[in-house]
Amino acid sequence: MIILNKISKEEILKALEDVKDPEIPTISIVDLGIVTGIEINDENFVSVKLTPTFAGCPALKVMENLVKERIEKLGVSGVEVRTSFDIQWNTDMITEKGLAALKQHGLAPPEKHNGLIQIEFLEKVKCPYCGSKNTDLKTPFGPTLCRSIHYCNNCMQAFEQFKPVV
Amino acid sequence: MNYSGEQLKAIKEFLYKIADDQLIIGHRNSEWTGLGPVLEEDIAFSSIAQDKIGQSLHIYELLHTLGEKDPDSIAFTRDAKDFKCCHLTEYPIGGYDFSLMRNFLFSHSDHARFEMLSASAFEALANIAKKYKGEIKYHIMHADTWIKQLGNGNEESRAKLQAALDTCFNMALGIFEDSEYVFELKELKVFDGENILQEKWFESISLVLGDSNLKIPDKSSWKPEYGGRKGQHTEYLQPLLDEMGAVLRLDPKAEW
Repeated sequence: MIILNKISKEEILKALEDVKDPEIPTISIVDLGIVTGIEINDENFVSVKLTPTFAGCPALKVMENLVKERIEKLGVSGVEVRTSFDIQWNTDMITEKGLAALKQHGLAPPEKHNGLIQIEFLEKVKCPYCGSKNTDLKTPFGPTLCRSIHYCNNCMQAFEQFKPVV
Repeated sequence: MNYSGEQLKAIKEFLYKIADDQLIIGHRNSEWTGLGPVLEEDIAFSSIAQDKIGQSLHIYELLHTLGEKDPDSIAFTRDAKDFKCCHLTEYPIGGYDFSLMRNFLFSHSDHARFEMLSASAFEALANIAKKYKGEIKYHIMHADTWIKQLGNGNEESRAKLQAALDTCFNMALGIFEDSEYVFELKELKVFDGENILQEKWFESISLVLGDSNLKIPDKSSWKPEYGGRKGQHTEYLQPLLDEMGAVLRLDPKAEW
């Protein structure tokens, strides 16, 4: 059987823009960089690979279900979503749009690290509220695995950073 | 890659050992949730626990693809004798000095292990290892900061950490208990062996302890606490497993 209206990768990616990180609802999973594979077979069956930001991220299962639900709405014959480590996520995989979305949520975006994490990335983080770099790292562990806690000496506010990961 | 029955046995045993370590130390670290000496440490230990338990999950999932049971059954229904974790991970949390030192010694071996495994010929494991080592870097950063701060603090803090190091050291040497499959794993280029790992570990902890005014026990006193890798455990493991699996045993069909 030949399916005339076979869905394209682009259509799927566009639909997945609607799926947000449940813990940071301003960023889509596409901009977060965790969609690492989309395959469509001749019967219009879609396989999606998601890679975890952190191995212990509790939002991963939720996101898998959201992806499945969203793609099913596109009228495909079936959807399979799998966790995969073929490509390992790191914060450089967040898109420019994604970095802006993090900031919009009040989180300092991670600096591009090109594979090398330096202590300065954590210690003098730009405050997402006033832009000052006169800040201190309070603790590298925050309310979720992906955030660290900082304090801005300029506007005297605590803030969180989406922490850089290689 | 296709492995023979015997080769698969070697790999599975190796995976169980790594995942069981992560699961058990993860649960122990989680026992600091709500009890940490300061809020930041409470969150730090809870986050490190969450990472390590998550890391065990994906290795259990890998075992599942190799024909073992599903991750929840593996984690919550086995008895102590079927676990392959080392003794260091099993002991109760004790004081903060003990937990901090344990986590320092363990995380350095953890990082070195996954660094080695990043080059493993078993690709599925290598991919996981590449991911984990970035996460564990944060565990090391946390541990090193406290070991240096407290080691160079006052006499009381230094003495407490030194005592914790003396207590933990032989337990930590038990991490490197070799498997009967050591040659198979090496031949398959899955893992170069615990001896090499121990050397790497020793080098990295020595650097930090040297900067922290702490003394590694003299080699003549080294008595590695072995047995864990063969299913021989301390009296503390089974009660922990009973607690971890209580919900699942109460109602195996419950959604949680």
